[in-house]
Amino acid sequence: MPAIFDTFKLRAEAVSAEVHRFPRKTEALDFIVQYLRSAGVADSPQSYAVWADCPFLSGVDKKQIAEQIPGLTFEVTRETAAASRVGISQLDWAMANTGSLIQDAAPVDRRLVSTLPNIHIAVIQTDRLLPDLPSVLGKIRPEQTNYISFITGPSRTADIERVLTIGVHGPEKLVIIFVDQVFADQVSVDDVLVDEAAGVN
Amino acid sequence: MRKEFRDSINTALHNPSLTGALGRFSEAYRISREKAYEGIDFEAVRTQIADRKGYAASHLDELADRFTQKAEARGTKVFRTNDPAKVRDYILDLARQNGVKSVVKSKSMASEEIHLNPHLEKAGIEVHETDLGEWIIQLAGQTPSHMVMPAIHMTKEEVTEVFNEQVEEGQTPDIPKLVKFARGKLRTKFLDAGMGITGANIAVAETGSLVIITNEGNARLVTTLPKIHVAIVGIEKLMANFSDIVPVLTALPRSATAQLLTSYVSIISGPVPNTDGTPKQLHIILMDNRRTEMSHDPKFKQALQCIRCASCLNVCPVFRLVGGHVFGKVYTGGIGTILTAWFDALKSSDEIQGLCIQCGNCTQVCPGKIDIPGLILELRRRLAVEKGQTFTQKAIFSVVNNRRLFHSMLRTASVVQKPMQKDGFIRHLPFFLSDMTEFRSLPAIADVPFRDKFKQIAQTKQKEKAAFYSGCLIDFAYPEMGEAVVKILNKAGIEVIFPEGQTCCGAPARYSGAYEVAAQNATDNISALLEQDVEYVVSACPTCTVALKQDFISTFESLGQTDALPRARELAAKVMDLSTLVKKLVDEGRLTFKEGQKLGQVTYHDSCHLKRTLHVSEQPRELLTKAGYEISEMYEADMCCGMGGSYSLKLPEISAPILERKLNNIKQTCATLVVMDCPGCVMQIRGGLDKDGAEIKVEHTVQLLAEQLK
Ligand code: SF4
Ligand code: SF4
Repeated sequence: MPAIFDTFKLRAEAVSAEVHRFPRKTEALDFIVQYLRSAGVADSPQSYAVWADCPFLSGVDKKQIAEQIPGLTFEVTRETAAASRVGISQLDWAMANTGSLIQDAAPVDRRLVSTLPNIHIAVIQTDRLLPDLPSVLGKIRPEQTNYISFITGPSRTADIERVLTIGVHGPEKLVIIFVDQVFADQVSVDDVLVDEAAGVN
Repeated sequence: MRKEFRDSINTALHNPSLTGALGRFSEAYRISREKAYEGIDFEAVRTQIADRKGYAASHLDELADRFTQKAEARGTKVFRTNDPAKVRDYILDLARQNGVKSVVKSKSMASEEIHLNPHLEKAGIEVHETDLGEWIIQLAGQTPSHMVMPAIHMTKEEVTEVFNEQVEEGQTPDIPKLVKFARGKLRTKFLDAGMGITGANIAVAETGSLVIITNEGNARLVTTLPKIHVAIVGIEKLMANFSDIVPVLTALPRSATAQLLTSYVSIISGPVPNTDGTPKQLHIILMDNRRTEMSHDPKFKQALQCIRCASCLNVCPVFRLVGGHVFGKVYTGGIGTILTAWFDALKSSDEIQGLCIQCGNCTQVCPGKIDIPGLILELRRRLAVEKGQTFTQKAIFSVVNNRRLFHSMLRTASVVQKPMQKDGFIRHLPFFLSDMTEFRSLPAIADVPFRDKFKQIAQTKQKEKAAFYSGCLIDFAYPEMGEAVVKILNKAGIEVIFPEGQTCCGAPARYSGAYEVAAQNATDNISALLEQDVEYVVSACPTCTVALKQDFISTFESLGQTDALPRARELAAKVMDLSTLVKKLVDEGRLTFKEGQKLGQVTYHDSCHLKRTLHVSEQPRELLTKAGYEISEMYEADMCCGMGGSYSLKLPEISAPILERKLNNIKQTCATLVVMDCPGCVMQIRGGLDKDGAEIKVEHTVQLLAEQLK
């Protein structure tokens, strides 16, 4: 895993994503809480944070976290997402050679939290790292899910004088958090992408 | 050429922000593209694309059926039509039925092809482009100048002005701020829109999926927030299997924007829930607009392999000078010329096809492996058939084909111009001919053409013989190059014969679309050159070499003259360009260079036909190095010099700035001698340097080699 992780990190950072890795969920959670605080998440419009339901959240005391971070909500709607500074979701696969993340994005909340807020925090299990496009195509199932998203770095444009500018219609920041600990027992039924046996560690 | 068209070229050429931006971009692009392809076998990837898209182009009907079936089974509505008007009506009806007042669009060239926006706007529906570049030009009331970067022709100051005038006062020319401003303004449009319209980069028949590639994230919003999603998909986007997306996703971002992957790739295979929980209406329009007809055309079918990466524009020496607007409203550059001829009308390509100088740069980088200059020639041919040849054209060709008459006319002209002639150059020509000498001097016409000089050369009889094909320029302007060829081959023990029946190689006729004339040239040359049994047919002009080796065959094929093909192939097999033949003879030990020569620095210019059609670039360099020269490479050594045969006469305003770049790159090397393998390039570059006054000599490789071989 180290080599492939390093490749991912190198590629993702080359397209302006931030990459972190934690052995356990609790550490990742602490990091996220800290991050939301320092990002200025607060209980006022344009400063909320929205967290789309995902296996990572199973067994997490959402109420307790929400109390720690005023403005954080797990109710993802068009309105809350549009008024949020940060969106959080779990991604299904990572592709090392381009530094990309892949997700079954058919449930609309997953797209809302990763398109409308300024910052997208993407959580992913480390064992979901794959080397390249052919291996990713071996996992994703377009015949079973209606919307699959590949995300590579934050949103960008070079449409004015070819000057690269980060953050156009989507997030201007992408923070990727790998967690080595497997949250396999929380696989949800509709999550058709997560249908492979986990634990490649 | 209409005055309006000439004017549009001149406007573009005199727009410094356009030529500056495109010039800098094309230079940066070469390097960043190369970097993006590091570790990737480009030839293998593009072969896969060409194969799979080629397969799709031969099975459009079948794939469209399969796609429809798969998509409809998932709840998508698929509407297939050949008629752009029906596409427009379908979308308008849908909008009306659902009370849509406002539409957001992510980039869709297909929608531009059918002029959808004005149609909806006329019906009172607001349409907002959301790709930043597209939004800017929509606000400015302009059309895209580049397929990938639609607003590349505008400066940040111009964008600021557009925002201030069309959206809100108070913007300043600070790019990040302008982008933020656009984000804020368009955000409300996304949230308020009743319909989202996209294109698609790939449509996969096997799964009924659309693949949409963007960087800004607008397509994700367009397909998420409004309750209706309409995708307009040209049927050439169809591919058979899901795995077919791999080569396209590998090449498209690398070729288009030198990225390993774009920020977002969305694969949509059916309706998704809306934000209020209702299912989204997903409509996919499979638009034909003559694509099926194109797929039945044996020549143009390959154009359906295009993945719209625009790399052909980025490397085009003409595009980087004139930009996209000269080409028309939707598709631009070389491939745009071809698409316009089909999706609009053949006659719409009448003028713009003339912009192509046939340098072949585009074909080298095209991920769809499309022979763009070849298809442009075919357009030229069809246009010529449709219009018939003009009287002047006919008169010119009939003179060109009569060698004696041609030379004596040139001689007369040059004698008449005697006062203009000095040191072997004609520097000014009067009246209407002055364009020809405005940016470069022309060579004086030789007193004695090569064909007559040849008779004076004493040769020993040899068993091994080579026929020399001189071509017009060596025959009439540079006979010394021909003499050098004979000298070298004689040293290798080869006797040179000069078949008297040889005539013009037909390139001028072919490049003007006059294929019948070119075919007659081919026939005459074939019988002249195959008359005696020779080992080689050698030419020191790459354009002629290409004619002898490839064009004769393809001209006959185009005209259906299959009877002529065997002899054409027999000739082709014997034809060699000078450098390749000399290299072979050196390698065989039949020619050796003088030892220990230190001849100083030279720089080498790659001629278009030699490098990209004949794939010869190392041979002359190796020979020159062996001779004792040190090669100091110039920047963009293989970029066209702007000659392009009669191109420099038809479009001197474009030829001149291309030449100017070349001269600058030559001067940058500090070499005092520039070498090349093509007499046409010698004419252009020598003439340019003479006008310029630079102390740099220009020589054909053959002359330098002739002096240094033992
Ligand atoms: S052949 Fe050369 S001039 Fe013609 S379209 Fe291609 S790059 Fe441009
Ligand atoms: S013709 Fe080739 S290079 Fe040009 S846009 Fe199409 S695929 Fe790209």
